[in-house]
Amino acid sequence: MSTSPTFTLDGREIPFEAGQTVLQAALTADVYIPHLCYHPEFKPHGSCKVCTIKADGRHVSACTWPARHGMVVENATEELDDLRRTLVQMLFAEGNHFCPSCEYSGHCLLQAVGYDLQVETAGFRHFFPVRPVDASHPEVWLDLNRCILCELCVRASDEVDGKHVFGLSGRGAGKHLIVNALSGRLADTDMAATDKAAEVCPVGVILKKKAGFRVPIGERPFDREPVSAQAARYAPRPPARHREED
Amino acid sequence: MSFEMETAPHPEQLRRVAIEPVSRVEGHGKVTLLLDDHNRVQQARLHISEFRGFERFIQGRPYWEVPVLVQRLCGICPVSHHLCAAKAMDQVVGVHRLTPTAERLRRLMHYGQILQSHALHFFHLSSPDLLFGFDSEVARRNIVGVAAAHPDIARQGVLLRKFGQEVIRVTAGKRVHGTSAVPGGVNKALAVAERDGLLKDIYDIIKWSREAVALTRRLFEQDPDTYARFGRFDAGALALVRADGAMDLYHGGLRARDVAGEPIFDHVAPDTYDDYIHEQVKPWSYMKFPYIRSLGPDDGWYRVGPLARMALCDFIPTPFAERERKAFLAFDDGRAAGSTLGYHWARLIEMLHAAEVIKDLLQDEQTLGTELMAEGARQGRGVGIIEAPRGTLIHHYEVNEEDLVVRANLIVSTTHNNNAMNQSIREVARQYFDGRELSEGLLNHIEVAIRAFDPCLSCATHALGRMPLEVTLVDAGGHTVDRALRDPGEAC
Ligand code: SF4
Ligand code: FES
Ligand code: NI
Repeated sequence: MSTSPTFTLDGREIPFEAGQTVLQAALTADVYIPHLCYHPEFKPHGSCKVCTIKADGRHVSACTWPARHGMVVENATEELDDLRRTLVQMLFAEGNHFCPSCEYSGHCLLQAVGYDLQVETAGFRHFFPVRPVDASHPEVWLDLNRCILCELCVRASDEVDGKHVFGLSGRGAGKHLIVNALSGRLADTDMAATDKAAEVCPVGVILKKKAGFRVPIGERPFDREPVSAQAARYAPRPPARHREED
Repeated sequence: MSFEMETAPHPEQLRRVAIEPVSRVEGHGKVTLLLDDHNRVQQARLHISEFRGFERFIQGRPYWEVPVLVQRLCGICPVSHHLCAAKAMDQVVGVHRLTPTAERLRRLMHYGQILQSHALHFFHLSSPDLLFGFDSEVARRNIVGVAAAHPDIARQGVLLRKFGQEVIRVTAGKRVHGTSAVPGGVNKALAVAERDGLLKDIYDIIKWSREAVALTRRLFEQDPDTYARFGRFDAGALALVRADGAMDLYHGGLRARDVAGEPIFDHVAPDTYDDYIHEQVKPWSYMKFPYIRSLGPDDGWYRVGPLARMALCDFIPTPFAERERKAFLAFDDGRAAGSTLGYHWARLIEMLHAAEVIKDLLQDEQTLGTELMAEGARQGRGVGIIEAPRGTLIHHYEVNEEDLVVRANLIVSTTHNNNAMNQSIREVARQYFDGRELSEGLLNHIEVAIRAFDPCLSCATHALGRMPLEVTLVDAGGHTVDRALRDPGEAC
């Protein structure tokens, strides 16, 4: 009789399989760790740092940190949540996020994580960057005001669609999302509405046209339960080409 | 003629009294009176001193976002903008007839908004003036004073408003910033439990609305002269009416009559509005002055809102409200129906009508249907017109092939009433200010006149946010002689 290896997370024992990260193991066990740039179907990327935990006393990213037998992990502590709140505030300040009129309200992971962490103040002076909308494509549009540079669309287009439609360009504060066309317009890329890249954006950047606000308030993914109660939804799974819109 | 007090012959010799902004009016406005050496009012203007073009926020946005986005125009009447933009976008997606259920749910939301807005206006903003008199102690002349002196009235006011808000919540999805009206239909069906929750209270709501109408009628009966005379002037009128001439606050054709009550146009299709209505800009106000094109800017101005709708419709299609409309029109040989304070009475008749319509919609099984969306062929232009609580509201959008709004033109209710409000201020100034010193009570007479229109200045200026109250007295040389800050009170 073999027992699987475990680590403790805030005192709770979490089993894991060889090769799993702390975040993957926790989510599989329906235990929530805040995250933004992680997606259950993709290899971890480790850019947002919202999943920061303390593993055996060290600050690390849960989404990239390999689980180890006997490891002691701190997650839901005031110290870590404070850090996460600051990161979320910075993301809000860097883009233009107008939740009351955003069609991704109630679907948006950034908003959900913000609510869950009870981010109630702006924290930073907002940049109000000028970012254009790209509506050139007949079926998909981009509202770059909301991009948090998580690269999920880049990974989806590269790894699943094999199209390389998206990429990041520039450095530091000038870093931004670009599309693979000389004109710079989505219409001139190979993008199709059925692409994996059209459904992975955690915030409302890459959206199907004419579908906004079709789901009533009360039935959107984060209306019923906070994201922290939906950990299992993010348990790792193999990449699926077509998935029901959630 | 009508503009004789808009511009005094020698304004440089006049003293300036500014009431800024008008208290218990939604938003920010400023009244300036230019006085001569004998404190006679030589010039009166309501101006809007701030403007942020909201159209800019809409341009470049996808059309399906607009019904939700425009709710940010105004914290007071977001539902009217939500529905009006959705009506315009119905045209853009080529839907000229909603499903029967979608149409009923939109109407339910709209009449819920009428009910809550009219209840708020009457009980919170106007009843203090009406019940205590325009010269009464300022400290008492507010909703707290009403609650102390007339607890039943205050309680019913609160419950009527709450009921209207609940109708909005179950139809729009949220009490404020709902999302349910989408181009081509609605996104939310009404649950049986939600319907039943409203139905159990509707008879009380109708009863209290009838009592509110009766209360206002009694106020007119006690002092018909003051009510008929106060800020009175004759004016043309504009409103939507149903194809059979009935009052319809959600949809219809435009009807206009001139100052003598003669028809100017009738059953004008909403999407041709700009052939009939133009707007004039004046250098002293950011609020535009709409007018009926065939009569020109000097004679083509008009009133909108409850008073205009009462006069223009051939009948109200619900029994209690129709009976009250007849009594209103007949009262004092029709003098109440043309008076500025007649707005209050007309508003409450509409509140009663809204309650009756809500009852009918709740009892209609089609309201509970689940066919919510219709489809059509995409178009480049959409015009929506609705009778908002304060009057005719027009949203006009041009949408390009990328589905983005390239042009937006909004004419809000308060803007239609711009000239009428200025007119009533001038009349009040004429009646109550000439040769007298300024007092709080006198200044309030002007505010009472403006308030009768229930203006939404935050809407009219498309401004976001509000300003503190300030009263300034400026002399002919432009120097401030006196300044006082006033508490905006329960403006919201
Ligand atoms: S568009 Fe969305 S998925 Fe792509 S980088 Fe930006 S936030 Fe991430
Ligand atoms: S989820 Fe781990 S760094 Fe973003
Ligand atoms: Ni308004």
